[in-house]
Amino acid sequence: MKADYIRPLDFRAGCVDMTHGSGGRAMAQLVDELFLPAFDNAWLSRLNDQAQFTVPGRRMVMSTDSHVVSPLFFPGGDIGCLAVHGTINDVAMAGAAPLYLAAGFVLEEGFPLGELRRIVESMAEAARAARVPVVCGDTKVVQKGKGDGVFITTTGVGVVADGVEISGDRARPGDRILVSGTIGDHGVAILSHRENLGFETTIRSDTAALHGLVAAMVEAVPGLHCLRDPTRGGLATTLNELARQSGVGMRLDEAAIPVAPEVSAACELLGLDPLYVANEGKLVAICAAGDAERLLAAMRAHPLGGSAAQIGEVVEDARRFVQMRTAFGGQRVVDWLTGEPLPRIC
Amino acid sequence: MCLAVPAQVIALRPGDAALVDLGGVRKEISLALVDGVAVGDYVIVHVGFALQTLDRDEAARTLALFAALDEAHAVREADA
Amino acid sequence: MRYIDEFRDAGLARNIARAIAQAAQPAREYRLMEFCGGHTHAIARYGVQDLLPPNVRMIHGPGCPVCVLPIARIDAAIALARRPGTTLVTYADTLRVPASGGQSLLRAKAQGADVRMAYSVAEALALARAQPGREVVFFAIGFETTTPPTAVAVRCARAEGLKNFSVFCNHVLTPAAMAAILDAPGGVPLDGFVGPAHVSTVIGSRPYERFAREYGKPVVIAGFEPLDVMQAIRMLVHQVNDGRAEVENEFTRAVTPDGNRKAIDLMDDVFETRERFAWRGLGEIPRSGFRLRERYAAFDAERRFPAEVAAAPVPDHKACECGAILRGHKRPQDCKVFGTVCTPDNPIGACMVSSEGACAAHYSYGRYRDTAPTQEAA
Repeated sequence: MKADYIRPLDFRAGCVDMTHGSGGRAMAQLVDELFLPAFDNAWLSRLNDQAQFTVPGRRMVMSTDSHVVSPLFFPGGDIGCLAVHGTINDVAMAGAAPLYLAAGFVLEEGFPLGELRRIVESMAEAARAARVPVVCGDTKVVQKGKGDGVFITTTGVGVVADGVEISGDRARPGDRILVSGTIGDHGVAILSHRENLGFETTIRSDTAALHGLVAAMVEAVPGLHCLRDPTRGGLATTLNELARQSGVGMRLDEAAIPVAPEVSAACELLGLDPLYVANEGKLVAICAAGDAERLLAAMRAHPLGGSAAQIGEVVEDARRFVQMRTAFGGQRVVDWLTGEPLPRIC
Repeated sequence: MCLAVPAQVIALRPGDAALVDLGGVRKEISLALVDGVAVGDYVIVHVGFALQTLDRDEAARTLALFAALDEAHAVREADA
Repeated sequence: MRYIDEFRDAGLARNIARAIAQAAQPAREYRLMEFCGGHTHAIARYGVQDLLPPNVRMIHGPGCPVCVLPIARIDAAIALARRPGTTLVTYADTLRVPASGGQSLLRAKAQGADVRMAYSVAEALALARAQPGREVVFFAIGFETTTPPTAVAVRCARAEGLKNFSVFCNHVLTPAAMAAILDAPGGVPLDGFVGPAHVSTVIGSRPYERFAREYGKPVVIAGFEPLDVMQAIRMLVHQVNDGRAEVENEFTRAVTPDGNRKAIDLMDDVFETRERFAWRGLGEIPRSGFRLRERYAAFDAERRFPAEVAAAPVPDHKACECGAILRGHKRPQDCKVFGTVCTPDNPIGACMVSSEGACAAHYSYGRYRDTAPTQEAA
């Protein structure tokens, strides 16, 4: 018996339409011709709505993140690899080894299939490189005008070893604060692609999966207190979050905070403060004073931690202020981000 | 309304415009408010316009003045 | 970054700090006002106050054009943005300024008004060219730094015969505001002014001579970087000690006595001075604002859309002390709602909105000094 002829998806000129989300043949074709070959693993190939796996008898860690970045493609990455890296990192910030990812797509009617393929293949590549497969997923389509092209939600699970207790409320006076590299790269890369700001730069997003770096850090210092990746709101917001959670203050040294010269220049031009600009491949670590040197060495030895630096210390402060000694020699508070970091002219 | 930065003109563009460079970041700006700008000059850039050219001799003089305060102090200390 | 980093050098800062400490006479108070919002921001961001002796006090002046924009003008901008077929293009600084009824341009945008953020007025022109069917209104704010660019845009629009481009003009004049500060009844005792950096590159140093002459106050024009500000403070301290009242220029690399003649002529071609203009917190100040000249009436949003622009004056919030703070009579921490009801996320008054406003600058960078570390926050 001859097999039915199904016209293959037109990735060159075709677009997402409502049938792709309706659960029928069109959706099955999207799964068959795009998602399965891209992600290419045993779980997905079984075509169930769920994935089964066993987990070694330890504590599990789970995290989820929705990705709505615009523009979808930017220097150094795209929404796809961002979605994979972001959730891997959230799981890793517990000191956990990420194991599996789930991916949900909300597609806007009219979104070009060619761009969808680029995104999915980027996700697949990121997952492969990180060795964390996407084992189940979901697709929905919304009417034109009701979605920004594509929204992606990724959920990740992982496991964390006994004795590793990493949490935002564990910072203590005397602890040292470290950052894994230069700050502000991702935010500047995104802004440089917003047409109306019209500046050219070679800065690329730093989007990266940090679980390898975290594993090296936990091995060197199993008693690590805090880990967090400073995404939206930048380093300043993350430090304020940790200070509030732990009920402590912080004192930073501006001269020690690594910022790439071009990021500095772009921020200067736009009136932005790099401390508040998003990162997607960096982390903040807080550890006991005695562990700082060993931790820093472990970070610098890893490819994603080459510019790691100690930037400050935790102090007692009921007001939970994050203060900074400026490179100029004065003092200032590093406050929470207010509203959105908009370029200013004043 | 003051956020303005000194940037170097690296190319002149048609329509009274220029490409400037600040620490490796490049932007096109308007030269409609200044005359006689040449490639290599530094200009003060505000909201996409050059407001004024920077006088490099004066800049050097100002910095030298700051540095001289150190010498003056050292001399006073030595005399004390 | 050339001509930026050198002027932020910590070692040179110590030199100047030492020189100021030596020059400042211990028995005297030095009350110096920095007029320009950019200076307020720089002082707060770099912690310049920490490098000054305690008897040299910086008072924050009203040099933040966003802060002094009256509520009625923001209401008008919102009305323009809501007008069918109209796009309001604005610098990002205005988006969160509180208007009447808890509104702001950002909120209006969320509710469907067409508000676009631009880095330069050139983008507003480009939009008008690209969409001839839409009315494009540029929300023009700022002192004499931003006014020449607006003038260039208006002239371009006329040269190109654009029919759908107009400017809602709220440009204000620096010397008039300085005079209003000094003329204010119960005038705050001021010993001198740190003159604006970039306004001065346009208007030159001459316009400040009347303050030295008529009011006997020294003015030192300072560059934008923290070393410039400190050097200007040092020069002011010396003038006060010597009993001099002169205009001096620290920012010689960009400011000349006559300023930028070309920019001044362009401003003069397009704009004329209004008889009076209302400033938030300061009331009406004579001859302190610009409007488009008659020959450019076709590009004046106030003439083209009188219904939207004719908003009645709106008083400031009762508890708001912005007026006194802008005049230097009170400090941010003296205001009852500072840091409690009024915060950068929920600004009641103008001084909290822009990062250059005295209250916002103090809240974001300096309020740790208000309480000692061991006390519980109130």
